[in-house]
Amino acid sequence: MRPRRFGTAELLLLLSILILVVVVAIPILLIFWNAFVVEGKPDFLRALALLKEPDTLEALKNSLVIAGGTTVLSTIIGVFFAWLVSRTDLPYKATMKVLFLVPFMLPSFIGALAWKILLSPRGGHINRLLMDLLHLEDPVFNIMSLGGIIAVETMYLFPFVFIQVSGALERMDPTLEEAARISGAGLFTITRRITLPLMMPSILAGALLVALYSLAHFGVPAILGTERNIFIIPTKIYEKIYASGGNFEAIRTGTMLSSILVLSAAAILYLQSLVLSSGRFQVISGKSMRPMVLKLRGLKWPLLILSVVYIALTVVLPTATIFLVGTLKTYGLAFKLENMTLDNFTYILFKWELTRDAIWNSFYLSLCAAAVTMLIGTLISYVLVKTKIRGKFLLEFLGVLPFSVPGTVIALGVILMWSGRFGVNLYNTAWIIFVAYIARYMAFALKSTSAALEQVHDSLEEAARACGASKWQAMKDVVLPLIKPGMVAAFFLIFLPALRELTTSVLLYGPHTRTIGVAIYTLNEDGETVYAAALAAIALVIIVLGQLLIKRVTRAKIESA
Amino acid sequence: MATVTLSHVTKRFGGVTAVRDLDLEIRDGECFSLLGPSGCGKTTTLRMLAGFEDLDEGEIRVGDRVFSSSARRYYLPPEKRDFGMVFQAFAVWPHLNIFDNVAFPLQIKGLNRADIQAKTRRALADTGLLKVQNAFPGELSGGEKQRIALARAIAINPQVMLLDEPLSNLDPKLREEMRFEIKDLQRRLGFTIVFVTHDQAEAMAISDRMLVMRDGVLQQVGSPIAIYEQPASRFVFSFIGLSNFLPMEDRDGRSYVQDAPEVGPLEVPRPDSVAGPTWTLASRPTHIDLQAEGGLRGTVLRRVYLGELVEYRVRVGPHELRIQKGARDQTFEEGAPVGLSFRRCLGYPED
Ligand SMILES: Nc1ncnc2c1ncn2[C@@H]1O[C@H](COP(=O)(O)OP(=O)(O)O)[C@@H](O)[C@H]1O
Ligand SMILES: [Mg+2]
Repeated sequence: MRPRRFGTAELLLLLSILILVVVVAIPILLIFWNAFVVEGKPDFLRALALLKEPDTLEALKNSLVIAGGTTVLSTIIGVFFAWLVSRTDLPYKATMKVLFLVPFMLPSFIGALAWKILLSPRGGHINRLLMDLLHLEDPVFNIMSLGGIIAVETMYLFPFVFIQVSGALERMDPTLEEAARISGAGLFTITRRITLPLMMPSILAGALLVALYSLAHFGVPAILGTERNIFIIPTKIYEKIYASGGNFEAIRTGTMLSSILVLSAAAILYLQSLVLSSGRFQVISGKSMRPMVLKLRGLKWPLLILSVVYIALTVVLPTATIFLVGTLKTYGLAFKLENMTLDNFTYILFKWELTRDAIWNSFYLSLCAAAVTMLIGTLISYVLVKTKIRGKFLLEFLGVLPFSVPGTVIALGVILMWSGRFGVNLYNTAWIIFVAYIARYMAFALKSTSAALEQVHDSLEEAARACGASKWQAMKDVVLPLIKPGMVAAFFLIFLPALRELTTSVLLYGPHTRTIGVAIYTLNEDGETVYAAALAAIALVIIVLGQLLIKRVTRAKIESA
Repeated sequence: MATVTLSHVTKRFGGVTAVRDLDLEIRDGECFSLLGPSGCGKTTTLRMLAGFEDLDEGEIRVGDRVFSSSARRYYLPPEKRDFGMVFQAFAVWPHLNIFDNVAFPLQIKGLNRADIQAKTRRALADTGLLKVQNAFPGELSGGEKQRIALARAIAINPQVMLLDEPLSNLDPKLREEMRFEIKDLQRRLGFTIVFVTHDQAEAMAISDRMLVMRDGVLQQVGSPIAIYEQPASRFVFSFIGLSNFLPMEDRDGRSYVQDAPEVGPLEVPRPDSVAGPTWTLASRPTHIDLQAEGGLRGTVLRRVYLGELVEYRVRVGPHELRIQKGARDQTFEEGAPVGLSFRRCLGYPED
């Protein structure tokens, strides 16, 4: 075969590179450029001086404390519950396992809203109840503190560790533990010297994910911290951008902080790849799936009660709070039937333009972003996985970028890029959120479509070609049907999180482009607690329905296959 | 004394009875195999011995000490039994190097450092692993991993070794080698072996005595030769080595093939072991002679050279028999008529 100079493959490669450059690379470059370049010259000293401002320094310190605290706490809770459901004879294990994953579905900023309603120092219902009951002068809990933020983040992030570790425990060859047992070791020794070390890669992988998310999250610290002057990097960036009104120094501080976020995220992801690639811990077996089960005996029921109470406190209580507060005629009224009404919901859904728009915006933005990102992701993955052309390494490098860019950074990046500086001004339009979502969710699309494509062995396509199909026909009739489940998965993996997105859109919304997350957040800021809760309740219903829909779609897929 | 005694041991999993009313005595210092098809309850038996499974009925004693008793609800936990055990999937710990893998049971026992060093090195030397003691399991082959498992099991010098299909993940050549090494270790260290396998050749090669089970029920216990020569049932006969079966029917004092009387009567007297007029004849391929005239009449369907042996497939009435002769014996062409005479055969009641 004669080598072609420039064919379809090269065209696709070029297109993929172009998209990633425009959507991800340039925004990030602009952030670094703004952070470190003054009047065309690199200036690191000034950049460092900005960081030494007391308020930025404080935000950096808080970020470290919150990310560190959340990671440690989530790891302890995640490992403990994972062990409980996969290595003991806890009653109703299977149900409990599902329940521990529910916090994943709940947006953490809605949780934060609920906890603020329940535990804010003065107005929090539980605090008031306890003060009345025990005749106390001072509130018992203060959720609006570093500790409170850590606690709430942990409630909704620990499933990352839980999933990783319970999966690994179930796949682990049980005879590894039995061999230790017959060697004379008791359960405590086995856990300490065999099980925990073997689980370490999974524990670390989960913990690093928690670190990554707690570092980048905007919602919880914004709702629980900002009012009390507790800032972390993302909320500080938000404050700088909004307080500044375009002030150059403030934007520079924002870009500096963003650079720090990007670099920490990259460091975390690098650590994770190191952990996962160390092959010394291959303990997965195919055979003999009878894991050693610890008999809890007397502790059986107390531990079940502990688990149920944990779920009740972290899932049921906040959710119920949101729904109940959402029905109140005025915030502050007691939860009595005569004070409740469903009018709030009809008002929000059909009458109030602000919330109606927000729901509609979130809906079509998520839908379009999911569809477009999924298609782009498929294209890029196809080039990455299936073609062998020079210059692919460039795409490989660019393809890693989306994974390490936190939502706040993306928002700032697209602001810098699409605010007229390069002739296109999308500021305050839905387009800028759309572009940001593509960048933000590209990683999800790349991950699931490339996984799907790797499953399709080259020989399948070659067999179709050998039967006389053109390259395009082979693609359409063989490759596409096989990767369709991966593409559907990518779509939903983007659609659902985008529906409840806050971190990115909160920096990008204009008067008519609020998303659901932004609307809940601004309503809460404006003191419209009841409407914030009512909208949050609607969001929860939409999310649960969406999850059920995915379940149906993916199950139908499996059955028809 | 490490005589292992099982009395009336029964184990159920939900509706499945994995082991039913098993009575067994494994003698001190012998190599005893549990043989049977997959799913017959071998692993369950071994895990009850190890203490990983409770009993639904019965009792297990080692020497005169009760280890498991369903009546008394007493179960000595596995870590207190001082057994050595080797698992099918090796179960070496990937995060510990070879030395630490083998030293683990000694460390648990709380021996002092010098003792641990000495005993670990002995076990490593016994299994030929001294040279790789600092490597990690991930760097080693399957055979070496199985040696680590062996070394770890013998490190505490156990009286009883339990092995669950320890060789089935190795390639055939290595399997044979390891068989000898295990026997050799036993001779030197004197422990009792309970060896689980589904491979009859392996069981025959390694055992002093063995048992055959089926669906949780004991079929026969004895030396390999006794079981090979005198299988207690048609099932044991077919499980131990190659076999041919013919349904027979007695008429006028002679035995005929049931649905093909025209091939003639059996030339040897019917075995005493059968009672009724209909029975099953069982014979090994090497125990049948071929001749041009006389005998049960059949036709050669196929002839295959197996090196030292020639294998014939012979049709007798509606049945097909496997017969193996020496390569230097008289040969018969495919399609040729032959006569079969049974040098040795056994009879079983019809099932
Ligand atoms: N933990 C268990 N739970 C349910 N059934 C089991 C369990 N262990 C074994 N069994 C069943 O008991 C029978 C015997 O199994 P096993 O002892 O593993 O057989 P073998 O080792 O001879 O292949 C099988 O039918 C198996 O399915
Ligand atoms: Mg088995």
